[in-house]
Amino acid sequence: MQRKIALIGNPNSGKSTLFNALTGLNQRTGNFPGVTVDKKTANVTKTIDKRDFEFRYIDLPGTYSLYPKSPDEEVATQILTEKSNKEFPDTVVIVADATSLKRSLFLAGQIIDLNIPCVLVLNMMDEAEKSGLQIDIGRLSNRLGIPVLPVSARNKEGIEQLEILLSTHGDLPAYRFIDASAIAKNATDLVKTEFKDRTEDYVALYRANRLYATNEKWQEKLDAVGFSPTAAQAEESLTRYGIIAQHIEACTRTGTGRSAFAKKIDAIITHKVWGYLIFLFIMLIVFQTIFYLAEYPMTWIENGFAWIQEWCARVMPEGMLTDLFINGILAGLSGVVVFVPQIALLFFFIAMLEDSGYMARVSFIMDKLMRKIGLHGRSVIPLISGMACAVPAIMGTRTISNWKERIITIMVTPLMSCSARLPVYALLISLVIPDKIVGGIFNLQGLVLMGMYLLGFLMAILSAWILHLLIKGKGRSWFVMELPIYRIPKWSNVFYLIYEKVKVFLFDAGKVILAVSIVLWVLASFGPGQEFKDVEGGITYWQDELDKVNVLDETVRTGGPLDIQWTIDSTYRISVEDQIRDLQSKKLELSYAGRLGKFIEPAIEPLGYDWKIGISLITSLAAREVFVGTMATIYGAGDDENIEPVRDRMRNEKDPETGKPVYTLAVGLSLMVFYAFAMQCISTIAVVKRETQSWKWPIIQFVFMGALAWICSFITYQILS
Amino acid sequence: MKNDNLASLIPGEKAIIDSFTDPELSVKLLEMGCTPGEEVTLEKVAPFGDPIAVNVAGYTLSLRLSEAATVKILRVGNAN
Repeated sequence: MQRKIALIGNPNSGKSTLFNALTGLNQRTGNFPGVTVDKKTANVTKTIDKRDFEFRYIDLPGTYSLYPKSPDEEVATQILTEKSNKEFPDTVVIVADATSLKRSLFLAGQIIDLNIPCVLVLNMMDEAEKSGLQIDIGRLSNRLGIPVLPVSARNKEGIEQLEILLSTHGDLPAYRFIDASAIAKNATDLVKTEFKDRTEDYVALYRANRLYATNEKWQEKLDAVGFSPTAAQAEESLTRYGIIAQHIEACTRTGTGRSAFAKKIDAIITHKVWGYLIFLFIMLIVFQTIFYLAEYPMTWIENGFAWIQEWCARVMPEGMLTDLFINGILAGLSGVVVFVPQIALLFFFIAMLEDSGYMARVSFIMDKLMRKIGLHGRSVIPLISGMACAVPAIMGTRTISNWKERIITIMVTPLMSCSARLPVYALLISLVIPDKIVGGIFNLQGLVLMGMYLLGFLMAILSAWILHLLIKGKGRSWFVMELPIYRIPKWSNVFYLIYEKVKVFLFDAGKVILAVSIVLWVLASFGPGQEFKDVEGGITYWQDELDKVNVLDETVRTGGPLDIQWTIDSTYRISVEDQIRDLQSKKLELSYAGRLGKFIEPAIEPLGYDWKIGISLITSLAAREVFVGTMATIYGAGDDENIEPVRDRMRNEKDPETGKPVYTLAVGLSLMVFYAFAMQCISTIAVVKRETQSWKWPIIQFVFMGALAWICSFITYQILS
Repeated sequence: MKNDNLASLIPGEKAIIDSFTDPELSVKLLEMGCTPGEEVTLEKVAPFGDPIAVNVAGYTLSLRLSEAATVKILRVGNAN
């Protein structure tokens, strides 16, 4: 038989750890409809006492109360208070942090008063006992009228007992915390006469509060009987804490409280000098790891895919479908999977920082600075991670609970110069910036590169400030939050977070990325008209010729018999290779992407760009670094691993009309500014879509960043030329 | 006893929560255990003076100065 179990608890109560302990790898992450809140569920089959049970667990967002203060908390409310909801549980597991029992009992009291079958799990009992706190569990259970079970989710203690309890327990609580009719009798009477399905006073009071917030007609009706939700909720909280104090008094003996050691750590971590230095140091490690360490597995993935592509090219029959599979689908998949190391590494750090309690301290010391530009203390980690890659950074914005602050962070993070821009900058800087020393010690090229990073950062800050003035907030921005006690991060929690984020990225954002990659492949490999076909035919001819040359050379080298006169002639080989490169360049020019490049030429001419650059701007949508490869193809420079040949060809490129070099300082800088600001990354677009649950924000972002890029490049070009 | 608000405490100073001036915020604070009569201690102040962290109901709560200013307190220990 199936039993639906919902887990609810305060933030930092160890609810996720318990959920992980109960469900392991069975968990699935989805989204609650309409809000960007992770919906974690898991179906687990357990044999208890020779009977099979199918548990369906759902992990509800952490909350202090059933009166929602944010869209996240709204979700928990809907599931627990509407019996018609398909997730309405058979039993609720209230996860309480035993070291903070008073606050946990507040939420427990609301659930008990709503008359929902529930059990109270006292998590972190070991920690509570260490601090000298003693809880008389039997007495507490008697007083609350529900089962109370001590567990340590971290050490997996008490999990089995909990499962046994959950397999049978479905009793309604035998106790009420408060007399709800005493708080707002007029309102509860009114609600009870309209809704006859439930007779409990607290259900009526709760409904009155909810109806007031969500239904205008009811708001009028309730106003008429003198009902005020804030007053009623305040009164309820006071009454509740009054009762809780009695329970605590009767069931616990208090301990010593927080350790002096934790206070010392806190003093350093939030210190006005050390605090920022430690933060800077940690961010440096995070940044370096995503930037450099991720490089290794990323290269393995790329090489691995390249190997598979080569292998497929050898064994599969030649033709369009093979080409689609190899250069469209496999290349697209490679472009998706290549992000996994960066995502895994960033979430490794985020999980560690969050679990240890450090993240809350970062918010604490950064909040005042970030607030000035409309961001939250929690925006700082995504923003800095954006310097490595915007994709994991945007996925990391879920920890920002205020909608407006979260949207602004998502909108400006892609302006930070990410690692994909580096090859573009490297090529253009070596092309237009002289390699010389200025001011005695500084390399000019290095200074310009640093300037590009700074430019992205400043634009992100400026845009945040502008968006802060433009976007209207939903709900107030709070900073009222708990600074949790320090804990050693739990490896399994870290692992589950990484697992979940990677899975979500691959299956949610991956689809969009793959689709766009295929479209881009079609644009670059097909073209209209006979001319395109002729060029394709030419490539095939010369490719065959090159194959023949290879075979003959090999035969000569190994001393095999030849039926024609042949000596290894390197100049012939080179001329064949040149032919192929020239034709490939011609093919790209005649393809749909090439036509599109020419089509947009009038729009990019004021920025100093020709249609060749136009093609690169289009193909760069797959990823910014594709710019280098496209330039190499266009200029027939072949090998895109090495930037020197393509740089030299670009340097020699002359304007057909004026005869002057195309890549002047003005064009080079204008192009760099364009790459700094434009949203040329479908992976980011896909992730923004997934994280905001609509196409609205990625479209706004695309247009906004495109306009910004165009205007700034225009100004750069016009001033310098 | 002097009537004052939570934003005016100095680190280490203790006080008793008296009342709230922002009803919407008070609902949240009450739910989190900041009830009138509860003792609060200012634990620390973030660099640049804002936000602050107080010890209340057995845990550490951080809040912005503007939020703390809506909490009326009764100072302990320096009764006139």
